[in-house]
Amino acid sequence: MGGHGEKPKANVQTDTESLFETLRRWRAEGKPAALATVVSTWGSSPRPEGSHLAVDEAGHFVGSVSGGCIEGAVIEAATQVMASGCPQLLEFGVSDEQAWQVGLACGGRVQVFVEPVE
Amino acid sequence: MKAATLARIAQAQQKREALVVVTRLADGAQCVFDAAGSGGGLVLAPEQAAEAAALFASGRSTSLSGPETLFARAYVPSPRLLIIGAVHIAQALAPMAAAAGFEVVVIDPRGAFASAERFPGVELCDEWPDEALARLGLDGATALVALSHDPKLDDPALELALPSQVFYIGALGSRRTHEKRLGRLRDAGLGDKVGRIHSPIGLDLGGRSPAEIAVAILAEVIQVRYRGEAG
Repeated sequence: MGGHGEKPKANVQTDTESLFETLRRWRAEGKPAALATVVSTWGSSPRPEGSHLAVDEAGHFVGSVSGGCIEGAVIEAATQVMASGCPQLLEFGVSDEQAWQVGLACGGRVQVFVEPVE
Repeated sequence: MKAATLARIAQAQQKREALVVVTRLADGAQCVFDAAGSGGGLVLAPEQAAEAAALFASGRSTSLSGPETLFARAYVPSPRLLIIGAVHIAQALAPMAAAAGFEVVVIDPRGAFASAERFPGVELCDEWPDEALARLGLDGATALVALSHDPKLDDPALELALPSQVFYIGALGSRRTHEKRLGRLRDAGLGDKVGRIHSPIGLDLGGRSPAEIAVAILAEVIQVRYRGEAG
C-alpha cells in the first residue's frame, strides 16, 4: 500500500516533501544552499511574513517570497550569501530602482532576509 | 541557519509539532522555541521570549519588540484531512483537499477500495481506522470525515475523534442512518459529544454528484477551520 513509502530522488520538491526536507536533502548531497524569508511587508505584498524560498548552488529553488516578481533578485543574492557565508537583508519596493527592474508592480514593499544554511 | 536548526524544523513538521525560530537580522544568530523550552546561540530578554512563546497559539510570524530587529518565524502543523472510506466521494475529495493545502490520508482496510489505481498520488492507509488514527494522532489541525457508510469502519473512527482535539468531524449518511449511528455512539458513552458530528455532512449547496458533495464537504471543513463552529 502506498503512502508511507520512500520519496523520489528528483531534483525538485515533491508534493509531500516540505521545503525543509528539500533543504536537508540538498545539504546531505553536499550542495551549498540558502534560505530566504519574508521578514516584513507593507502594503499589498503577495506573500505574508514568514514565507520561505530555498535556493541551491545551481539556482534551483522551492517556495516563494512574492508573486514571482522578486525571485530572480533573491536567488542572485542567495548565490552571494552561499559564497560569503554572511546573511543579507534585502528590501524591495515600488520606489526602489531595483524593484522597478525586477518588477515589483503590486504596490507593496517587502524585506527579505537571506541566510546561508550550514 | 545551523544544520541542527534545519533538522529540528523538519522533525517538528514531520511530527506535527509547533516550533518558533527567532533570528537576529543583524547577524543571523538564532534560537529555537518548542514546547519543552528554548535553545540556541541567541539569548532573548524575558519579555521577548514571552512574545515568541505566544506565537505557538496564533501561528503568526512577526518581528519582536526591542531595540534589535528580531524576526520570529512560527511553524505550526499544516491542516490535515483524514478520510474514512475509500469510496467514490473520497476519490473526488482527496485531490481537492490536497489542492487546498491539506495533508490528506484515506483510511480503508479494504484493498479493493483503497487502491493506488483509484487514488493516484494520494496517501492511502490500509489499517483499520482505530489503529490508523492511534498512529496518525488526532490534533487540533486535523479534520475527520467518515464516508464509508459501514459502521464497522465509521464508528470506531468517530469514537476516537469525538473526545479528541480534531477541529471538524463529519459523517455521511441519511437522517435515518445518522439517527441509528447516534444511538450506537450514545451507547458507547459519547452522548455528550455526538453534537460535534456534522451530519448531513457538508454545506447545503444542492449538488448530488460525488464531486459536488466533495466540494460541499471541503467548503464546510474550511469554514469551520476559519470561522469555528457556527453554533
